[in-house]
Amino acid sequence: MSAAAAHDHGHHHKESFITKYIFSQDHKMIGKQFLVTAIIMAVVAVLLSVLFRIQLGWPGESNSALSFFLGDTWAPDGVLDRGMYLGLVTIHGTIMVFFVLTGGLSGTFSNLLIPLQLGARDMASGLLNMISYWLFFLSSVLMLYSLFVETGPAGGGWTIYPPLSIYEEATPSSGQGMTLWLLSMTIFVASSLLGSLNYIVTVLNLRTKGMKMTRMPLTIWAFFITAVIGVLSFPVLVSAVVLMLMDRTMGTSFYVNDAIQGGEILEQSGGSPILFEHLFWFLGHPEVYIVLLPALGLTSEIVSTNSRKPIFGYKAMILSILAIAFLSFIVWGHHMFITGMNPFLGGVFVFTTLLIAIPSAVKVFNYITTLWKGNIKYTPAMLFSVGLVSSFITGGITGIILADSALDIAVHDTYFVVAHFHVVMGLSAIFGMFAGVYHWFPKMYGKMMNSKLGMVHFWLTLISAYGVFFPMHFVGIGGAPRRYYDYSVYESFDTNQLEMFIDLNEIISIFAIVGALAQAIFIFNFFYSIRRGQKAVQNPWKGNTLEWTTPVEHIHGNWPGEIPTVHRWPYDYSKPGKEEDYCPQNVPLEEGEEEDH
Amino acid sequence: MGMKLIVLVVIVLAVIAVAQFMRVYELSSKLKGHKEEDIDLKTNNINAGMMMVFVAVFFASLLYMCYKYGNGMLPEAASAHGQDVDWLFNLNWIIVFAVFFACNFLLFYFAYKYSYHPDRKAYYFPHDNKLELVWTVVPAVALAFIIIFGLMTWNNITGKPSEDAVLVELYAKQFDFTARYSGEDNKLGYADYKLVNSDNVVNPLGVVTKGFIDSSVVKIERDIMSWQDKLDGVGEGTEILSAASEIKYQADIEKMGRIKERILTMEQAMGDSIYSMAEDDFTTKTTLFLIKDQEYQFIFRSQDVIHSAYFPHFRAQMNCVPGMRTKLKFTPIFTTAEMREKTGNPDFNFILLCNKICGAQHSMMNMAVHVGTAEEFEAWKADVNVSGVAYVVPRPEAEEVEEIAEDISADGNEDENEEDLDEDVQP
Ligand code: HEM
Ligand SMILES: [Cu+2]
Ligand SMILES: [Cu+2]
Repeated sequence: MSAAAAHDHGHHHKESFITKYIFSQDHKMIGKQFLVTAIIMAVVAVLLSVLFRIQLGWPGESNSALSFFLGDTWAPDGVLDRGMYLGLVTIHGTIMVFFVLTGGLSGTFSNLLIPLQLGARDMASGLLNMISYWLFFLSSVLMLYSLFVETGPAGGGWTIYPPLSIYEEATPSSGQGMTLWLLSMTIFVASSLLGSLNYIVTVLNLRTKGMKMTRMPLTIWAFFITAVIGVLSFPVLVSAVVLMLMDRTMGTSFYVNDAIQGGEILEQSGGSPILFEHLFWFLGHPEVYIVLLPALGLTSEIVSTNSRKPIFGYKAMILSILAIAFLSFIVWGHHMFITGMNPFLGGVFVFTTLLIAIPSAVKVFNYITTLWKGNIKYTPAMLFSVGLVSSFITGGITGIILADSALDIAVHDTYFVVAHFHVVMGLSAIFGMFAGVYHWFPKMYGKMMNSKLGMVHFWLTLISAYGVFFPMHFVGIGGAPRRYYDYSVYESFDTNQLEMFIDLNEIISIFAIVGALAQAIFIFNFFYSIRRGQKAVQNPWKGNTLEWTTPVEHIHGNWPGEIPTVHRWPYDYSKPGKEEDYCPQNVPLEEGEEEDH
Repeated sequence: MGMKLIVLVVIVLAVIAVAQFMRVYELSSKLKGHKEEDIDLKTNNINAGMMMVFVAVFFASLLYMCYKYGNGMLPEAASAHGQDVDWLFNLNWIIVFAVFFACNFLLFYFAYKYSYHPDRKAYYFPHDNKLELVWTVVPAVALAFIIIFGLMTWNNITGKPSEDAVLVELYAKQFDFTARYSGEDNKLGYADYKLVNSDNVVNPLGVVTKGFIDSSVVKIERDIMSWQDKLDGVGEGTEILSAASEIKYQADIEKMGRIKERILTMEQAMGDSIYSMAEDDFTTKTTLFLIKDQEYQFIFRSQDVIHSAYFPHFRAQMNCVPGMRTKLKFTPIFTTAEMREKTGNPDFNFILLCNKICGAQHSMMNMAVHVGTAEEFEAWKADVNVSGVAYVVPRPEAEEVEEIAEDISADGNEDENEEDLDEDVQP
């Protein structure tokens, strides 16, 4: 495209407030919309977790925070209602996994970075992209609204296993609350699919000249593969949900077989609740990587930039992503070892699951080697990236225990599982997301975030995050089931353990509250910096990727002139023979310079 | 209200204070020409140092927790396979702890050691095939061991029970468990959910006997009749039905008619011989009494939603799924008394917990488990029978059927589950 045409593109049509800020089709604005929506959802999800942590830490004690937020209906005399406890847990999990770490993480950074790092003027389809955001918005509103219905929000766990989630007679929250949950998630999936298709097409077709697949930054590789996983797995969730809707409203029996609800003998026969579990986890496990891969992609970039060193084993990193993506589709059965599944099949899933540990280990070693002999600058983004590697290690290795069916039979559905998935997926992805926000904030808003506040935020978050989830391993190995309102049952069989649970649960809850409060620092820093932050320079972190060649002020079409051509991979940091310790992708190779990686 | 106002005021004041602070910060950084993207050396070093402090505290807190809460962990496995599971756990723990310490240490140590220094240049080290091969192969070999040992134990746990395993059924419903012992013949009578009476009095597990089939059919017919009466407007206390309830009654009549047909078809298919299997079955809701060193084969069923039977002390767990019969076997190897000695806790009891979310009362769904000798078991059995806690599945005679049907409409719930667990487990 010639410079004149680009100019045209940039300034031809005056945008109104509505097309610029609300129904925008510009990928940068849509990315920011996803981010702000996700932040609001995250605040809700954290608040919910604090509320139910209060019950777990100080069971049965009256608490004014509970009455303040939940009122007399759900917290009579300041004590959390049992049904609402499960409702809070369910919505907390759903929001965190889908709205914050799928919609929020992929939505924000895929949108922002795919065109910018590939050298494209926008996404393949701006319109679909806009629709994708508004569907996300709609599903968020529905999910939040479900917190206010009379019978309570969905309370069957984020996995909504039938028949519990089918019949109001089984639990009141499976009425209107569950209907809204199903509706919201269906819309969410539609949003996610539109987004993913767009990302895939953009990556395949709109790379600038010279941007071979093997020169793409690892961020893009991660977003790309994440989108592919999403396109292949989310439709299965929709089918599962549609079948469930039919069971709920039309009396079909996909998931129901020979059951009695509310004292009434049901006619439905021949279905299987386990079928739902298979369909759910066929999405559910890949979903873990949908959450995780973007975070790994973002931090690969950040670790390399701030260590002033190429990411170690670029090709191995790509192969690991591909291997993880492939394997993630054939491991879902590890969630179902004790459902009565054929033990031989269980054995097969043990095997495939443990295989995933190999590419994961490769990634960890590559991260660590990237730090080795680096020259590391501790921006807040870099701090959070180190945090991610740590939580990925700490959470990943407990997966070895859970993948082993013979061990899972002892700890399945205990707090050990809760600890495992929070550390490996929750913390890693959240750390990755924070890192991404700190690192690309200048690109999003043209301002800098306050780095001192960022550091305080990081250390408080890291300490309280481990403070919450580390002791949970002990609670779980002690045999405490998850999704329990309290552990009073232990009074009648083992007081030793009860004492430990009471001790640790209180500590966990205190850390949870401290950790939640620490997030106020981030929220403040974020919104304050949007308005009053220091003005950003074009390439504040001295990065190599193409987004840092665009002007600070956002323009439609991203580059005022021609799109830069790419001549090298993105990780030429501290390359011998160069004066500067970085060398952007659009700098041509010198005479005799080799592109080795 | 006053409280909320104070909270609000505090929040507002805090926001103002922070805003003032930021104003000052902005001014001073402008004066000093400070740029946010430049992390000064001192700050960078503080963060680097914090890495080492953090990893030290992190490791120390793990060790401290192991020391402090070691005795709050589950006691030694009380089942034969549980001992293998614990062995496997220990093997895995060694690997897990080694990797945890090594990788986290390297990470934080490098993060500390290679923090920024203006005089240094990072080492350009894009890849090294040999190195990468090593750390692909080493984990692969370690995992191969884990997989092999894991699957050996798994096959052992899930393999066929021996000939003399005792058959026990655990029946889950919101929010309790019922155990059905197979009795002398070690055979459980067939069960079918359609025979569970809706008020759960007569045949809570839906055991199939001639008598129960007849009584269910009688009950269905009575129900249909009473609905029909309502529709026809006959009988005492007749009221005008709304259109909606008219439709409901009509639908119920048709539905129960179909269910009755299914019951009769089932009866024909089953023939006479099988009924005797149920005759010596007996059930209990309060305590699952097991005999030491006796292998048990458990069959799990559920009435309404998915539950899970979790025996933490036996390292065993299996889902109870409506419409399915799942299985699990294990052999208790310590009596409750022995466990009390081992744990030094005179109040220790085994337990069976529900471990699959099943509704608001999920955390209160459990059953006491007691392990004793064969003699103790016989005594307990006689005792529970006398006290009426458990009962032998009866074979109602023809006249009785009418009576039972009468009972159904007459009385309420004679649920016997309300006794204190503690008292019950002491034989
Ligand atoms: C603010 C910090 C957080 C705290 C204190 C927290 C705490 C908890 C606790 C105590 C539970 C209940 C576990 C149970 O009873 O099964 C839970 C459930 C869950 N959390 Fe979090 N969590 C936090 C952040 C996150 C994040 C970042 C994620 C993202 C992956 C997440 C995802 C989930 C999921 C999926 C569940 C399961 C919900 C269910 O059982 O249906 N949480 N959380
Ligand atoms: Cu999984
Ligand atoms: Cu249950």
